[in-house]
Amino acid sequence: MIGTKFGIYGGQYIPEILMSEIINLENSYNKFRNDEKFCSELDFLLKNYAGRPSLLYFAKNMTKDLGGAKVYLKREDLNHTGSHKINNVLGQVLLAKYMGKKRVIAETGAGQHGVATATAAALLGLECEIYMGKEDTERQALNVYRMELLGAKVHPVMSGTMTLKDAVNEAMREWARRCEDTFYVLGSVMGPHPYPTIVRDFQSIISKEAREQILQAEGRLPNTVMACVGGGSNAIGIFYNFIDDPDVGLIGCEAAGKGLNCGLHAASVTKGRLGIFHGMKSIFCQDNDGQISPVYSISAGLDYPGVGPEHAYLHSIGRAQYVPVTDDEAVDAFEYLSRIEGIIPAIESAHAIAHAIKIVPKMKKDDIVLICLSGRGDKDAYAMARYRGKKIHE
Amino acid sequence: MPWQDTGVKKYMSKFSEAFKNKAFVGFLTAGDPDIETSGEYILEMVRSGADIIEIGIPFSDPIAEGEVIQASTQRALKNGVNLDKVFSLVSQIRKETQVPVVFLTYLNPIFNYGYELFFAMCQKIGVQGVIIPDLPYEEKEEVQISADKYEIDLIPIIAPTSAKRIQKIACCANGFIYVISPGDSWSTNSANMAQLKDIVKEIKKVSDAPVVIGFGEPEEAEIKEAAKFCDGISAGSGIVRIIAQYGKNAAEKVRDYVKSVKKALK
Repeated sequence: MIGTKFGIYGGQYIPEILMSEIINLENSYNKFRNDEKFCSELDFLLKNYAGRPSLLYFAKNMTKDLGGAKVYLKREDLNHTGSHKINNVLGQVLLAKYMGKKRVIAETGAGQHGVATATAAALLGLECEIYMGKEDTERQALNVYRMELLGAKVHPVMSGTMTLKDAVNEAMREWARRCEDTFYVLGSVMGPHPYPTIVRDFQSIISKEAREQILQAEGRLPNTVMACVGGGSNAIGIFYNFIDDPDVGLIGCEAAGKGLNCGLHAASVTKGRLGIFHGMKSIFCQDNDGQISPVYSISAGLDYPGVGPEHAYLHSIGRAQYVPVTDDEAVDAFEYLSRIEGIIPAIESAHAIAHAIKIVPKMKKDDIVLICLSGRGDKDAYAMARYRGKKIHE
Repeated sequence: MPWQDTGVKKYMSKFSEAFKNKAFVGFLTAGDPDIETSGEYILEMVRSGADIIEIGIPFSDPIAEGEVIQASTQRALKNGVNLDKVFSLVSQIRKETQVPVVFLTYLNPIFNYGYELFFAMCQKIGVQGVIIPDLPYEEKEEVQISADKYEIDLIPIIAPTSAKRIQKIACCANGFIYVISPGDSWSTNSANMAQLKDIVKEIKKVSDAPVVIGFGEPEEAEIKEAAKFCDGISAGSGIVRIIAQYGKNAAEKVRDYVKSVKKALK
């Protein structure tokens, strides 16, 4: 990283009204990231509140069934609040508190980041308001209730396509209105510098642990590390401590929705191109005029028209590979992992499982595949039942 | 191509004529209610006394705009407005008026079009400046090179939160400087007016570029107050709200609005 960018990607393309605060954020982060008290408090919360380290689980049945490489799952679904989101949120909300902010705001797609932010705000005694696309509040009604239960105010966003990108727009507008006392807890490795770095640093604990755990279990590094990619926070988290190991392949699984050629997808790297949006230069789904495209995925957490700048960079230098996975494949994988391992994955994480189902059988028996199981799938049960045409009565 | 060379050279002074008296910058979104009517309303604004025309080029995600302009942007995009259509619109109005024109748009449509080609077109059709809300001082270099080449002013924005950044931004400004007013409910707070006054004072220490204060929908008393210490004002959502309400039948209301602002500025 040079200055605010990863290669040509990243930067600070945001309105002037936010610049002073974003510089304040960077200075504060640089101060507290090396502060002994801050680090030990965060470490304590991660261990005693979030439940870290998360398990590295050898998926014996899946390995046997696929008949190829050994499959390991990094169980971020076992964290408090049910996904990897808590890693970043505890870091950012604690930072907000150290910066003397009274209030946190956040955007959310599936609701996982919103729930995690509301949780950390409740724990650390800060006010919390969450911006969520109206369409997502309907798809993920249970998470809306969870956030409210945790004391957060949820604002359904009615502008634009009423999904994640619009929730980010609205959270940025609110931040611009009230940045003196408000901290914007960004949920993914996206947005203006320093967010992609802050979020990556807090999520990199996933691969810090996984690297040690796999070395302990197998005495060597995995051949392939995989994760789903929306903005890309769990993916960068599990990639980060393997980036300097050239023999470890890195694969990000994007949402191909109903198919890459019908327009109903969120596969930014596969189908998008270079652009500037939400504070960063990166790869975005956009039309011929540079208007950001409405995107689609069965998974609200992957339903974002861009990818974080560090992913765009890893892709540009050929260090990581990004592949599309359709709704159908993800739903099959959702059911597959539930039945074969007794683990119900988040539909987001199921995108990575789906790609593993494709490639693991072609690998050697002593190869190792490490998959980030970024979240649990309880939140998706209704939607999956609906997808299969089943009616569930509450 | 529908546009024609209108001889941009004669605009070398660009904005000095516009700021001879306190200027009013009239804003609308190109393509709302439709591109032809936008042209008609621009000419109406000019006839009613607008000194500079600011044309919003719609972007799908205008993160720095309030609800009124967001909605206007959505209507314009539904009408299929893109950069080429806006260039064509400016070429049309250039047959009738030499009023200075600035664009307001987000960076991605320009980046996508190509900086070089975009600013070349601006020069060709006679656009004097461009305001890009998501291009802060730190990132402007990549755009500035092309803007300078075609002598188009990148109009910088200064915010109530700019503080220590004011002089850095102001001292290299071309054209004019756009100061955005604090908060949605600023008008109820006289402290905000004092803050604006201080910002303008800071700017004037390092730059003699004219300062325009960007209001949403200012009231007469506020325009009068602001006119004491700035060089011009804009009313971002004032005209847009009229167009939202009256659609293709807004000409008379637009005229009345511009005249009332101009009267308050005198």
